[in-house]
Amino acid sequence: MLEACQLCYAFPPQPPLFEDVSLRIEAGEWVGLSGNSGAGKSTLGRLLAGYDEPTAGRIRIEGERFSTKGLRPVQWLPQSPELAVNPRWQVVRVLNEAWEPPEALRRAFGIKSQWLNRPVRTLSGGELQRICVLRALAPGVRYLIADEISTMLDPITQLALWQALKAEAEKRKLGVLVISHDAALLKRLCQRRYHLENARLHAAEHHQLP
Amino acid sequence: MKAAQPRLRALACSGLAVLLLLALLSGQWWLGDLPGRMQFDARLAPPGLDHWLGTDALGRELWARTLAGLALSFRVGLLAALLGSAIALGLALLTTLSPRLDALVRLLIDTLLSVPHLILLLLIAFALGGGLQAVVIAVATTHWPGLARVLRAELLQLRAAPYIGISRALGKSQGFILLHHFLPHALPHCLVGALLLFPHAILHEAALTFLGVGLSPSQPAIGILLADAMRYLSGGYWWLGVFPGLGLLLMVLGIERIASGLRRAL
Repeated sequence: MLEACQLCYAFPPQPPLFEDVSLRIEAGEWVGLSGNSGAGKSTLGRLLAGYDEPTAGRIRIEGERFSTKGLRPVQWLPQSPELAVNPRWQVVRVLNEAWEPPEALRRAFGIKSQWLNRPVRTLSGGELQRICVLRALAPGVRYLIADEISTMLDPITQLALWQALKAEAEKRKLGVLVISHDAALLKRLCQRRYHLENARLHAAEHHQLP
Repeated sequence: MKAAQPRLRALACSGLAVLLLLALLSGQWWLGDLPGRMQFDARLAPPGLDHWLGTDALGRELWARTLAGLALSFRVGLLAALLGSAIALGLALLTTLSPRLDALVRLLIDTLLSVPHLILLLLIAFALGGGLQAVVIAVATTHWPGLARVLRAELLQLRAAPYIGISRALGKSQGFILLHHFLPHALPHCLVGALLLFPHAILHEAALTFLGVGLSPSQPAIGILLADAMRYLSGGYWWLGVFPGLGLLLMVLGIERIASGLRRAL
């Protein structure tokens, strides 16, 4: 269980971005997070993945702090895949940065083998996003923070990406926090949903997957 | 085609540089002892068919001395530029490891930049007793801060790039990130920086030698030739100063052009 207790975060001279935010993601659970631009959704995601330290509060996995050394059990997937890969590398090098995904999984994510030996900059955003998602699924990863990962994709690519991720997450009991503006998407994907507004986290109505 | 042109130009420039390098390095072999050979019946002869660029007060051929001087300058420039950029690259990479190291390196850079570097150069060359080694060390240790500052800024910007943080989250070590993310990014900048350092190093070698704390007077360095020329300038022996100076100018400008071509291409 990934657990955040009474998190508070502020960019120093400003008033706190959010206060007293508590959130729980069980293994295998999909949780949705929405909120207006600037509400602090991405910052909350980065805190959960250990990229930044909260001003107050604590984050625990199975009741313990997680080390920021080595492969982190919580992985953050940012919105722009172009910034998430070294532009000088080849696709295969990016994909295998943490582990070597089996071919079946590569196929499930729609990654073609002819992409592998191409430079990263020759891939489109959607293609690159699939590489980034698969890269983050290394063995040992238990939670994913998907920060608007499908916002810039066309509907068909979006669907394919979520289906592949859903299948793999179910198989491995990954907990996923989906951050998005798209209420319909969150409703479809997530059992529980939260809304970040006025520096507080509000629970949206419980909604089971059809 | 248009996009390929800067690269093509850089390639041509680099080819030219290699040719120049070979000519200068092989010069020592085919010039033999000509730069030092004295002809007492042809002292201070003006440029002409017998003596292409004229001779100096001891009857030595000026064209041979100028070429040998350029070869020597080239060697000094190459060594100093390599050493200087290696220091700059090493320190710039260190800054990525921790904020404390970064502050230390920044302090070092600011300190060195705040001292007029010709004075520091003179001091170091003098303290090391002159000679080729002293000149190379003096030029390298005074000329890395500019390049280090540029490299540090580049890497600082890179450090904030999401893919560096992601690499760390994927369990990659500091060493891996340094070697596979930071170093390949810094190397092209470093190469251009080294090439831009090169003409500086050559000019400073000449200056140090001219002022008497550089290479030994027995070596036909450009600085020695120019210092020698000063003594005879009032006698109207203009060729003693003009040709070595012109040679130095051409070499420095040539390398500068190669460096700017390369910078555009990269």
